[in-house]
Amino acid sequence: MTATAAPARPAGPARSDDVRISTMSRRRRVRDRLASVLMVVAFGVAVVPLGFVIVNVAQQGLKVMSPGLLTRTIPPDTSSNDLSNDTIAKYGGTASTTETTAALGIGPAIVGTALTTLGASALAIPLGILGAIYLHEYGRRRRLARFVRFMTDVMVGVPSVVMGVFVYAIWVVPRGVGGRSALAASFALGCLMLPIVVRSTEEMLRLVPDTLREASAALGIRTWRTTVTVVLPAAAPGIVSGSMLAVARAAGETAPVLFTIGAAYRYNWGLSGGNTSLSLFIYNQASLTGATSLRLAWAAALTLITIVVVVTLIARTISTRATTLH
Amino acid sequence: MTGEPASPTIDLTARAPRPAPAGAERGADETVVFDVCDVSVHYGTFRAVRNVSMTIRRQEITAFIGPSGCGKTTMLRAFNRMHDLTEGARVEGTIDYHGVDLYDPKVNPVEVRRRIGMVFQKPNPFPKSIYDNVAYGPRLGGLAKRSELDDVVERALVRAALWDEVKDRLKRSALGLSGGQQQRLCIARTVAVEPEVILMDEPCSALDPIATGRIEDLMEEMKRDFTILIVTHNMQQAARVSDRCAFFTTEVNERSDTRTGVLVEFDRTEQMFSNPSDERTENYVTGRFG
Repeated sequence: MTATAAPARPAGPARSDDVRISTMSRRRRVRDRLASVLMVVAFGVAVVPLGFVIVNVAQQGLKVMSPGLLTRTIPPDTSSNDLSNDTIAKYGGTASTTETTAALGIGPAIVGTALTTLGASALAIPLGILGAIYLHEYGRRRRLARFVRFMTDVMVGVPSVVMGVFVYAIWVVPRGVGGRSALAASFALGCLMLPIVVRSTEEMLRLVPDTLREASAALGIRTWRTTVTVVLPAAAPGIVSGSMLAVARAAGETAPVLFTIGAAYRYNWGLSGGNTSLSLFIYNQASLTGATSLRLAWAAALTLITIVVVVTLIARTISTRATTLH
Repeated sequence: MTGEPASPTIDLTARAPRPAPAGAERGADETVVFDVCDVSVHYGTFRAVRNVSMTIRRQEITAFIGPSGCGKTTMLRAFNRMHDLTEGARVEGTIDYHGVDLYDPKVNPVEVRRRIGMVFQKPNPFPKSIYDNVAYGPRLGGLAKRSELDDVVERALVRAALWDEVKDRLKRSALGLSGGQQQRLCIARTVAVEPEVILMDEPCSALDPIATGRIEDLMEEMKRDFTILIVTHNMQQAARVSDRCAFFTTEVNERSDTRTGVLVEFDRTEQMFSNPSDERTENYVTGRFG
């Protein structure tokens, strides 16, 4: 606005030349204020349950948490109260060398979670990335690509217990009791992770500007090599963080593991034979309702949340570090 | 598409080898790089440019000028089959490159782009180091020896008049360069794979006048080794750098209310700017239109 003469001003409420004085009507100012307050309240409402869960799990879990607990095997029978509340209160959390608390441990469940999650990642991440490359770099809007994309969206929404039943039916049942293993659980978790990895990777590929693909193509580079040397490196941070979030999701799932992993009280480092996972362990211990089993469940919950938080933080760090590099 | 005057492009046989007449005669002409015959480009059902015929000669700069939406860029991208990457885009007619139609089913578009490189409107260096940007093409072309790569990179950067500015920071990210430097880097990257032809799509439109001047000087230099096709909105630029000029304009298709680009005039640049044969060209180059 270069006009200085008063008549050149737009019609409307008279306004002062002092820019500190608002031109907003009172009504609008009140609504603005109200909307801001509502947003803060909504944020609070969303955060309170989350904070409550974390604080509660941490409080309960820390009562029994100790380095020894993380490494010892699972006591076979935690349903009875042979380890009395007093005993645990006396020794829990600190006295890791005493005979009494030596009975309590969740080590095998941690190993089981690590094994099944790694197995699922080994299956789902490469397959998911390749699938996303097909969808975005080759299939684009072809009929097959559109079909695969649609089915992937459906798979994201399928309840996770269905993945468990699916693997149970096609893998566990034909093999009988021995079919339940970390491998079978990996299949189920992999089915759960696959669509998440495909969709998040495709989103990341979409963020890579087409001008880079054109620049490479114009140098006489074929699509596959362009994808490997230009597109994937540019999208790598996003792909990694998307995959890590899928890992975190799989680590916390119970339903796919329920029918597929079997049971174990001792360490099983192999992919075959019964195993257990933290999430399943929590489920089992919490259903037993004994004081000891409940405490073990809290400890396992704290461990699981910690693992998920750490994985998520790693994912965050990778993606933010990469975005600040460019 | 209906309603336009019957044109040979509708005929699917137009892509089959044409009966000899003009082609055989021109085929003997060593200076001809491209012989464009009756090319139309469609995006889906939309016809972006129609019935273009022209001859591009070796070691000349040919400029495509005309108002926005007249199909200059569309036409340029037909020369190295970039439309293959665009969904729904279709090229009709023939573009003979040294006597072979680029759109022949036996021709691999990757091979086409090895020989016919392209510099884009917006500088688009890869998010890699300056060195890796230039070495990218030769490296994927199979050149692995470090010393040879170093040579290729230095030569390309010298030819793109960028070497002195970046020789001390070859390992730094290309994204830290200024716009003009990035564009010269893109030229170096293209030059490094030793194409015969370089297509330039408004290479200076994102640059300031000084950077533009540098790139224009550079094109004059590069003319000795390359055949250059350049799209520009800037008529002074076309007049300054080009040997030949192609003036495109748009015509409205009355039935569908869409605009299609047509080639109005193709001639030597001096001729085009001093004594154009078409009234529309005259109006455009004198600034009365567009």
